[in-house]
Amino acid sequence: MKLFLKIWRQKNNQAKGKIVDYEIDEISPDMSFLEMMDVLNEKIIEEDGDPVAFDHDCREGICGSCSMFINGEPHGPDKLITTCQLHMRRFKDGDTIYIEPFRAKAFPIIKDLVVDRSAFDRIQQSGGFISINTSGNTLDANTIPIEKEYADKAFDAATCIGCGACVASCKNSSAMLFVSAKVSQFSLLPQGRVEATDRVINMVNQMDEEGFGNCTNTGACHVECPKGISLDYIAKLNREYVKANLKK
Amino acid sequence: MFNSSIGRKVAMALSGVFLIVFLAQHFLINITSVFSEEIFNLLSHFMGNNPLVQFVLQPILIAGVLFHFIMGFVLDWQNRKARPVSYAMYKGSKNSMFVSRNMIISGIVVLSFLGLHFYDFWIPEMDYKYIKSLPEDPNRYYKELVHRFENPYRVGLYCFSFVFLALHLVHGLSSSTQSLGTNNKYSEIIKKISYIFGISIPLGFCFIALFHFITFYNT
Repeated sequence: MKLFLKIWRQKNNQAKGKIVDYEIDEISPDMSFLEMMDVLNEKIIEEDGDPVAFDHDCREGICGSCSMFINGEPHGPDKLITTCQLHMRRFKDGDTIYIEPFRAKAFPIIKDLVVDRSAFDRIQQSGGFISINTSGNTLDANTIPIEKEYADKAFDAATCIGCGACVASCKNSSAMLFVSAKVSQFSLLPQGRVEATDRVINMVNQMDEEGFGNCTNTGACHVECPKGISLDYIAKLNREYVKANLKK
Repeated sequence: MFNSSIGRKVAMALSGVFLIVFLAQHFLINITSVFSEEIFNLLSHFMGNNPLVQFVLQPILIAGVLFHFIMGFVLDWQNRKARPVSYAMYKGSKNSMFVSRNMIISGIVVLSFLGLHFYDFWIPEMDYKYIKSLPEDPNRYYKELVHRFENPYRVGLYCFSFVFLALHLVHGLSSSTQSLGTNNKYSEIIKKISYIFGISIPLGFCFIALFHFITFYNT
């Protein structure tokens, strides 16, 4: 099929970016979206141009690297998948496709479609862990009985791959869904309760320092999350945060 | 706590819930004007002359309104700053409700309406009681209310504003409970209550305005 692509091109963080038009032909509906981008880049290289920079790693929907905003939605029109799991059969011959980077002040553009999501790493470093002794006498986690309801909820929260689609889709560029998942996956389990107070305060403080927007409960983050992280975790984060501040 | 993003949204939610409670109380008093001039005058006289209402609750209400609007503008400004470059294509309708994405617009319309409402009722009331210091007439409230709704343009403006109030409430009520961390199992019922409250209260205010307008023209 033949496609008309409108892709955001930006040399570096300081340069001014713009949408550049590309035409691409003979795209198989069986190709993944990233394979289509590979074909486009081969064509650009053949024409001595600068290929479009985009993030990708596992191409299995696990790593959360591919961060494209496709036709107005993060990871494209399908739900519960990342860009690498999006296939060209989702588009029709002659379609125009807008491809943009995830946009947020806290996710500065490195080049073209590649954004710096290290703000998420810094949030994790501020509290997204449990302090345990790993010097050889670590207790087996399975020795602590945990109610299935809580184990399931903690696991659901832990499926967050930190791709940033929540930030990209939110009209306020809020990272609340990401932080709520990371806080909840620990606070729902007995091992994580010990540091729950400091964790939630530190992670929320770091989130604010990074310049993400405020959550206004539109729910866009939950709808666009490739792992379907529920808004319930944001309500839980709010509870945890208020409780932690009352305790302090 | 209130310097953080969650603290600010909790404060926003608390002020919102407070204003929702006030709105419900305001509606319950106003609806009495439809069926009993006497009861409406009695309640209005009490609200207008009770020292606790006048000198404690009224200043708290005005502070609550100011806080809610100022904080709303501050949050909106911060949120706009968080995305300095907009998307060329953004399909918000695919993942969220129009009302939830445009609370600032419905809020500005409601704020403008409050200006008109203060001009119509609150300022004349303050003038009557504290500037001109006229003797209290416990039977004046109904007449004043009906007189305001004789003007079709005013009734039209009120009803137009109530539509935006409904849009604001439908998202505002469920959003505030989410901000306050309501337990997840109540989410669906709270959403339903938000819809029912958010539509029925403004619709009720519209009915009151239209009732007095129609009654005036029929008599």
